[in-house]
Amino acid sequence: MEILFRIIALTRKELITLLVNKKSRLVLILPPIAQIMVFGYAANFELNQVPVAVYNQDRGSYSRELLAHFDSGTFRLVRNLTSSEEIAPVIENKQALIVVQFGPDFSSDILSGREATLQLIVDGRNSNVALIALNYVQQIVSGFNRELAIQHRRINGGDQGTVLVVRSWFNEMLDSHWFIIPGIVALLTIVITLEVTALSVAKEREAGTFDQLLVSPYSPFEILAGKSIPAILIGLIEATLVILIVVFWFNIPLRGSIFTLYAGLFIFILSAVGIGLMISSISVTQQQGLMGAFFFLVPAVILSGFATPISNMPELVQDLTLLNPMRYVLVIVRGVFLKGAGFDLLWSQFVPMLAIGIVTLVMAALLFRKRMG
Amino acid sequence: MAGRISLRRLSGLIRKETLQIIRDPSSIGIAFVLPVCLLVLFGYGVSLDAEHVPIGIVVETPSATAQDLVSSFYQSEFIDPVPYHSMKQAEDAIMHREISGAVWLRSGFASDLLSGRQAPVGVILDGVDANTARIVDGYIMGSWYAWLSRYVREKRAGYLRPAVELRHRIWFNPAVRSRNFLVPGLVAVIMTLTGGMLTALVVAREWERGTMEALISTPVTKGEILLGKIVPYFVLGMAGMVLTVFLAIVVFQVPFRGSFFTLAVSSALFMLTSIFMGLIISIGAGSQFVAGQVAIVVTFLPAFILSGFIFDIGSMPPPVQAITHIIPARHFVSILQSIFLAGDVWPVIFRSWLWLMGLNLIFFLIIMRKFHKRLL
Amino acid sequence: MDKNSLVLEAQGLKKIFRAGDRTIEALKGVDVQVRSGMVTGLIGPDAAGKSTFMRLAAGLMKPSDGSVYVLGLDAAAESQQIHEKIAYMPQRFGLYEDLTVQENLDLYADLQLFPRTKRKERYKRLMEMTGLAPFMDRLAGRLSGGMKQKLGLACCLIRPPEFLILDEPTVGVDPVSRRELWEIVYSQVDQLGMSVLVSTAYLDEAERCSRVVLLHDGRIIGSGKPGDFSAKMAGRVFLLNPARKEKRILQLRLSQKPQVVDALIQGDRIRLVMSEQLEPDQVGSSLSLPDQIEITPVEPRFEDAFIYLLRQKGDTATEVREAENQGEDIGLGIHKPVQGSRTDVVIDVQRLTKRFGEFYAVREITFQVRRGEIFGLLGANGAGKSTTFRMLCGLLPPTSGKLLVAGCDMLTAGPAAKKMIGYMAQKFSLYEDLTSRENLEFFSHAYGLSGRVRQEKIAWAMDAFGLEKVAGVRSRNLPLGFKQRLSLAAALMHEPDVLFLDEPTSGVDPVTRREFWRHINVLAEAKVTIMVTTHFLEEAEYCDRLVIMADGTILDQGTPDEVRRRCSTEENPSPTMEDAFIFLIQREAQKRSLVTVE
Repeated sequence: MEILFRIIALTRKELITLLVNKKSRLVLILPPIAQIMVFGYAANFELNQVPVAVYNQDRGSYSRELLAHFDSGTFRLVRNLTSSEEIAPVIENKQALIVVQFGPDFSSDILSGREATLQLIVDGRNSNVALIALNYVQQIVSGFNRELAIQHRRINGGDQGTVLVVRSWFNEMLDSHWFIIPGIVALLTIVITLEVTALSVAKEREAGTFDQLLVSPYSPFEILAGKSIPAILIGLIEATLVILIVVFWFNIPLRGSIFTLYAGLFIFILSAVGIGLMISSISVTQQQGLMGAFFFLVPAVILSGFATPISNMPELVQDLTLLNPMRYVLVIVRGVFLKGAGFDLLWSQFVPMLAIGIVTLVMAALLFRKRMG
Repeated sequence: MAGRISLRRLSGLIRKETLQIIRDPSSIGIAFVLPVCLLVLFGYGVSLDAEHVPIGIVVETPSATAQDLVSSFYQSEFIDPVPYHSMKQAEDAIMHREISGAVWLRSGFASDLLSGRQAPVGVILDGVDANTARIVDGYIMGSWYAWLSRYVREKRAGYLRPAVELRHRIWFNPAVRSRNFLVPGLVAVIMTLTGGMLTALVVAREWERGTMEALISTPVTKGEILLGKIVPYFVLGMAGMVLTVFLAIVVFQVPFRGSFFTLAVSSALFMLTSIFMGLIISIGAGSQFVAGQVAIVVTFLPAFILSGFIFDIGSMPPPVQAITHIIPARHFVSILQSIFLAGDVWPVIFRSWLWLMGLNLIFFLIIMRKFHKRLL
Repeated sequence: MDKNSLVLEAQGLKKIFRAGDRTIEALKGVDVQVRSGMVTGLIGPDAAGKSTFMRLAAGLMKPSDGSVYVLGLDAAAESQQIHEKIAYMPQRFGLYEDLTVQENLDLYADLQLFPRTKRKERYKRLMEMTGLAPFMDRLAGRLSGGMKQKLGLACCLIRPPEFLILDEPTVGVDPVSRRELWEIVYSQVDQLGMSVLVSTAYLDEAERCSRVVLLHDGRIIGSGKPGDFSAKMAGRVFLLNPARKEKRILQLRLSQKPQVVDALIQGDRIRLVMSEQLEPDQVGSSLSLPDQIEITPVEPRFEDAFIYLLRQKGDTATEVREAENQGEDIGLGIHKPVQGSRTDVVIDVQRLTKRFGEFYAVREITFQVRRGEIFGLLGANGAGKSTTFRMLCGLLPPTSGKLLVAGCDMLTAGPAAKKMIGYMAQKFSLYEDLTSRENLEFFSHAYGLSGRVRQEKIAWAMDAFGLEKVAGVRSRNLPLGFKQRLSLAAALMHEPDVLFLDEPTSGVDPVTRREFWRHINVLAEAKVTIMVTTHFLEEAEYCDRLVIMADGTILDQGTPDEVRRRCSTEENPSPTMEDAFIFLIQREAQKRSLVTVE
């Protein structure tokens, strides 16, 4: 009973210190909202209004017909070129990302059943943008081919041929927002949890209050509990705030059960708290705590599969990511949001994360005292 | 600058700062160790190019034609085909994230194709990671086209041939290696760290430790104090830049097609904006702690997200695009990607230089207004 | 320069700071004149506005109202010109700790455009004065507190300024270095006729100035020659010699009488300051003292005058004191009497050593503390006081040696043993974001108090330490005196048997310091064992027994009278505690140099 009271007192104290002044409350609420807005709108791989220049030597109607397909939101025709010399500068100066070139025989080739060629020049400076743009054009062209085939058959009769029928599961429109935005739930949760915990012990060390705690009858595990509970609460509240924005502002479907989502987030926060408190126990000053958090966070985010797939990384780095709790929670969050996955599909993600949490929390408790000599 | 500048005093200040840099491991850490870590992390850890993507292949009725199509998937270096006996199994594997997609040849595929009926090929993609899904879609389409043109040639089935063939050339980065555009952009992020973060921290440290109070009560002038900070960190930042560029070219084999002159001028302009931002932050922030946090939020994060380093600026909503103009890293990233991959493209470089010079002027005016030889 | 011309003149000087929605009036309209060619002291307790005044004078801040002229120049508008003529040493002098002594000197020589050709000679002279010559290549961060201050002063003096402004140059400096600093300053005044303005919170230093200006709570409460102040107190100061056992109770009683300005324990005696001039026998009758107590008149000190002036101004601490003066209660109910005999050994330290790498912070120290004793641990910064303390409280594992507190080793002790000790750290270390009440609530929970006992204890702490007024104030915003009271209250709620106080009065003004010691005395009466560190040597007089430490070893231990007696010499037959301290340190240094010569 006494232990319980003592832990509650510690938790209460911790919450008051964290939330007492306007500034620290704002730090917990405003940056996350700002970040999700910036990330939500700026950080995605969708292409919009890609500038396209056209060099059309063809007099026929097919080239114009195909060009009409480019006139969606993705592409924007910026210039008509009149000579091939203009192609290089227009790409180099970044006036256009793509130049579409129709040869003089484009329409006549199609009419006569010869193979018509569409030349495409892409600015490869940003290889990802280049690939995506190329992919869009491929789809436009194959759509155009299908239309031509249907027309052709209508004229000649018959119904032969083969086509690719592509369906995307979970994210039917292949909208990369759906991929990035649920990931932000995990990202902001770990940022806030680390911010709250990584400085908490160092701050008390600097203020001298940590000594005061250590001479009091608190055992390291009571201190650990008193430090973890508020951080977990704040982490969960933060996650809820972000989830609400994700669902109601960005309209990302939440297909799975909230229970699974929160179970995953809870264990994730637990492991983040463990890591944060470990960093904090090692640091002597808040400055070191902040640096420690930064040095953990940057690789943890980059090597989590948040923006780029883990499967693209070298084997060694892939093995390293197994120690990163964010790697697991991203699968859980995206699984629950987009696939509606439940425990049966996700348990293999829960187990390692829980292990990381337990190990780091125990280490943190042991380090509380170690760092004194 | 305010007041006259005495070279004696200035050299004294610069020598002091240099000694401090040499003796403070965290300066060296931020200027040299962190850049190398980031470079390695990004160079090896981040790749947007999907390779060896596991794709399920379901052939309901084996046949020569089906085998032929499947073999074209095996030939692709991007796809690692995984055979399944039924679509149910493949769908399960997608749910468990074992494969990123599946290709489905129905039982009647070969016979339908031969008999001239519609013979569609089904493709199911795991769309969770839309970007990867789209790239995978491209790979599958490529293999399928390759098979189709071969089939058309061998069977003389011209009627199956698509009317328009797409031929593309990707300039500057024909192998579409994402490293080639990530690594140059990283130079900008790294220089932000030295220029913005380190400068903000060391100036804040002088206030925090009280050394600034002693300094400003001597006859030293405002201009000397500022130059005494700008010169050493400018040199340090440029050294960091040379190191990262060297690593980029030698270790990561990123092509360098522009001139070192343009690189030097652009880096100098950008370094100056970073240092100016660091100085402005340190004037506002009282402690190293606040300075560090503010520096991350106003220099590091924007350099990461809003600079075009990873995410395409042209695709951002117009208000966000407008904001990116006041972020110096955006202009520098644009220069870097051109210099490295395309060469000295003067229209791009001039435009960016103008922006950087304008920003430098504005930051400089802010510093002159806000920095005083006075407390508070 | 003409002795009577003014180097500084302030008129109606005001400075207001805004922090959030609070405004702090640091200076409330002061008029100060500083004459040339002498040392003027700006004397006042902490937070009196001394630093603000110094910064305004150095042209580092703009006044909110009024004006300061330095060497005939307006400090607000012509600061650059002023900087070329003066030198200013801030409170914590901004030495570059990662630069060597030589490099720091070079930097300041460059900044002051001191010609290179003359440097060698000037450095040599300065290093002789400061005794830093052997340390030219040492990093400034590795110097002791005293050496740092001396180096700071040397940096200011490379090009001798017309006017030298020193902001609390002796804070945190050991008595030996303090004397040396003053010697350097005086050598400049005597040889070059330099004008100096120096601020200090040490009242004994006031007597070293030619003129003093007394600043309190942003206002000037007096100025003139220091001797004039003490002279006014003539005939009001006495020494009493009570029986040893009763001195504490007597001191507590006396300090509550309205006609008493000040009553302090000085070794075995009590120093008494009366509010009016009296004959010794009149004192006895006025205070109804027992006849066997001898009353001898003594010379007044500057401090007596300062306390008198402060009491007249009536600051907050005095108000509390007066409120508590109702009746004869001297507040003995503060703590339930501890069980056990005064002969029990409560703290037992045997050959205790702490080593950090190659550096011995504490080396083979041995002492014992008995129940109910006030035991002092004295020494300069870096002497090993805090390290010893932290080991006793179980915050730091010792390298070797034995240490027992109330029969337990605190490093491994369980909750029950930890409840027996109370600890008050060197600087305020309660939660600054919590209010006074919340802090007390938290610490009462931490020590396992609950239910009615807990409520009663909190109410008691609020009442006994006069904290009701500030119950809802965040402790960050409390005045220093209240912070110290709150810390002590938090350390006492669980009624510990042993109390550790690490420099509890550093940075506290003399009035609050007296009040604080009143509480400590009351606790000692309740047989609480109290271990206290301090660098105010006059506070050593308040202890029953003490040890003096330097460089991690014990130089001497015993009662204050014993220690002083052992240090008396022919030149100085009745040394003060400070004299004794300096004597011990110098003797130790001599011993060492002999050892090295051998």
